[in-house]
Amino acid sequence: MINIVWAIVFVLVAPLIGGLIAGIDRKITAHMQGRVGPSIFQPFWDVGKLFEKENGVVNETQIFYAICYVIFMAFTGALFFAGGDLLLVIFALTLAQIFLVLGAYSANSPYSFVGAERELLQIMAYEPMVILVAVGLYVATKSFSVSDIASSTVPVILLIPGIFLGFIYVLTIKLRKSPFDISTSHHAHQEIVKGVTTEFSGRSLAWIEITHWYETVLLLGIVYLFFAFNPLLGIAAIIIVYLLEIFLDNTNARAKWQFALKSSWLIAVVVGVVNLAALYVLNGGVS
Amino acid sequence: MQLTQLLIFLILFPLIAAFFLLIAKKDVERNWIVKLSALIIGAVSVFLLITTYNKGAMLVSVIPAEQTGILMFVLEMLIAVYILYLGITYKKWLAVALILVQTVMILFFELFYAHGVHVESNLFIDEFSLIMAMIIGIIGSLICVYSLGYMKFFHEHHTEMPDRRPRFFAILFIFLAAMFGLVFSNNLLWVYFFWEVTTLCSFLLIGYTKTDEAINNAFSALWMNLLGGIAFTCAIIWLATAGGGMLGLSDLLTTGKAIALIPAALIGFAGLTKAAQLPFSSWLVGAMVAPTPVSALLHSSTMVKAGVYIIVRFAPIFQSTFTGYVIAMIGALTFLIASGIAISQSNAKRVLAYSTIANLGLVVACAGIGTYEAIWAAILLIVFHAISKSLLFLATGTVEHRIKSREIDDMTGLIVRTPKIAAMMIIGIAGMFLAPFGMLISKWAAIQAFIDAPLGFLFVIILVFGSAMTVFFWAKWMGKILTVTSDGKNIEGEVDKSEWAALLSLAGLSFVTTLVFPLLSTVLLEPFLLFNYGHVARLSQDNIIIMILMLFLIVLLPLSILIPHRKHRHLAPYMGGRTTTQDMRFSGSLGVQKKTVLSNYYLHPYFGEAKLRPLGIWLCSALIVIMLLATIAKGVIL
Repeated sequence: MINIVWAIVFVLVAPLIGGLIAGIDRKITAHMQGRVGPSIFQPFWDVGKLFEKENGVVNETQIFYAICYVIFMAFTGALFFAGGDLLLVIFALTLAQIFLVLGAYSANSPYSFVGAERELLQIMAYEPMVILVAVGLYVATKSFSVSDIASSTVPVILLIPGIFLGFIYVLTIKLRKSPFDISTSHHAHQEIVKGVTTEFSGRSLAWIEITHWYETVLLLGIVYLFFAFNPLLGIAAIIIVYLLEIFLDNTNARAKWQFALKSSWLIAVVVGVVNLAALYVLNGGVS
Repeated sequence: MQLTQLLIFLILFPLIAAFFLLIAKKDVERNWIVKLSALIIGAVSVFLLITTYNKGAMLVSVIPAEQTGILMFVLEMLIAVYILYLGITYKKWLAVALILVQTVMILFFELFYAHGVHVESNLFIDEFSLIMAMIIGIIGSLICVYSLGYMKFFHEHHTEMPDRRPRFFAILFIFLAAMFGLVFSNNLLWVYFFWEVTTLCSFLLIGYTKTDEAINNAFSALWMNLLGGIAFTCAIIWLATAGGGMLGLSDLLTTGKAIALIPAALIGFAGLTKAAQLPFSSWLVGAMVAPTPVSALLHSSTMVKAGVYIIVRFAPIFQSTFTGYVIAMIGALTFLIASGIAISQSNAKRVLAYSTIANLGLVVACAGIGTYEAIWAAILLIVFHAISKSLLFLATGTVEHRIKSREIDDMTGLIVRTPKIAAMMIIGIAGMFLAPFGMLISKWAAIQAFIDAPLGFLFVIILVFGSAMTVFFWAKWMGKILTVTSDGKNIEGEVDKSEWAALLSLAGLSFVTTLVFPLLSTVLLEPFLLFNYGHVARLSQDNIIIMILMLFLIVLLPLSILIPHRKHRHLAPYMGGRTTTQDMRFSGSLGVQKKTVLSNYYLHPYFGEAKLRPLGIWLCSALIVIMLLATIAKGVIL
């Protein structure tokens, strides 16, 4: 069943949580690099400042795509936290992502063009694994509905550990962490200008940053689903997974897209076939 | 009986239109005949829907079967002689050999077995036929109307080619008649007759321009489809001998697998050739040489849809058999490999061709699995694919006449240069892969169907990879169209009214069908599934509401551009600090002015046709051999 209250809570609160996570991320990253780092509220000041900037655009359609990107990402997350259908959540996520890509294309600039193509490569790299997550959760809990999965008492992680590992692998792409921050990165040192966000500035860029916060909360919500039978374990898993991503981010240089695509697909095929086949046998030939 | 008259009208009326089109030499006359006939065919199709949608499956048995049978036999022989003549003229010995084999088989059947065959009802209609009739009657006739403007333009700009439009339009309408006949026939001999007519029509349309390439590709389409025709003939002879003369589709589907599996496998093979599944995909890609409306017709409402129609028809027989699983695997691999190849294609029509092959593969995969959920997905795929694909072909055709190119990279900035047609194209592309549009609903249904089927997880894994590739090639095309070029000039000009009518109707249909598909499901699909499978599949209420919400968001958001907003400062795109001119020229080395040219990624080393196609051909050929051998072995043992 769809729970409207949770949807509204997500839309209002997720940016705050996502922003805080980004702030903590920067603090830990700084410590790992032997720096003090900014305040954990720095992402909010940054975004606030972007809103005050003069609005410079290459053309007006960019603003439209940035707005669509944030609206559909908020919609996707709201659908997820309201307990909607997980497959529909994933399709809505793709739709939101496509708006960012179109925004980058629309600028007709070489750098954002390359960013757009790379963003599409990344989508192609992670999408199979993300849908397999939904399929795995369905096989484990007999439902695609997020509310059913979240309230299920089945120890999902024990049934689909392979799929969980596969998801962690592509999560690096989705969170734009090294080595897979191929289309755009938060690190200045390995960026070809700014990839997919090159031509966005001011308000539009601020919206894109907020969208990233929404997305982070949504993705960590999917991590939680694997451990939903024990909420405490779920929250612990989220923290450990995110710390792992920060660690990976700081110990890896950007990989080539060929590696990102091949490795993500290979992992998706292997864990998909092995894990789903094992479940199939366990369930006695009924998937 | 009214129903009989309606069905016969839909089969015969396009033939009458074709006759008049053949003798009408003036543009004005042709315009009137095509528009009126299209209107009548569309209206009668809708009338048929309104009068029969709640009646379930109905058989029609009042037609004098014997005389019609003789007439069909004579026509088949004439077609064979005609193909033989063309084959010898153009020295295409493969086609000649195949048509000779087929003709001998048919003569053999007529001489020895035909008298033993008796089919009570030659025509029938059920919800699935009705849906197919809608696709043929509405989308097919819209394409005919579009062709008026397109072909006029085509011959004005290709004066070197003989203007054979009377013939062209006549064949279009004969094609529609044959398709109506195919989906309304219960007698397999009739299905076979109409099947052969569609083969002939597509052959003639592909070869329309009579260039060397067109003739070669027409013959390659011909021999592949003749191969399917021979398999069909084998199935008929098998049924006449071992099957005890049971040639009625409705009887055959209820007799069970023992008798029906072998003919189903043979007809399934015929379906694979017609639906351009690997290894037979090349004829559909080659068919691109024909004028664009022909491609639209072949891909959306006729020809390939006949192939998947017959496979979906036989799905109850395929369900949970080894044969069914192998057919499903051929479809799934075709979906995967064709989607991959589409990434590497830069020609818009070839991208569309491979996307069609891929989506038909998905339909075949669903039909091979054959559970009620899979069939639900398959029929939805057929409907939504027909709408979006015809829209895309027609929009590409109109764009092609303006930019004089079919290359996607040449379509950069269409949203500035031809804004209205570009909008049509965007609706078409969005319809092919984005939520909440039809094709995505269908893919979603396919995922659910696969995962609930035995061993379905293998198919799910293939599906998710194919679908990820789909996102890649559609999105990069969409991005090219939506690029806002600062120096773009509007070159849309005057678009022919008949072209506009077709484009707008199809774009409208994309939205309307997405909106009313729950109705389509409850009124037509669920009774069909309940009757044939005893189960119904549907989308939950919650999901439908969310999809409708998304659709409204997508429709409303673009309107936000109309809201007055603050002035923005316009900046040039970042070019690494180089000074650029308005049309994105910059000074290169030695002061040479260079234009910025951006080209999409085609990833040839990974997804190139040369790499993936042989792989697909070998894999799927091997699977076809396994399927036929296993089915025959099983049939002999039983």
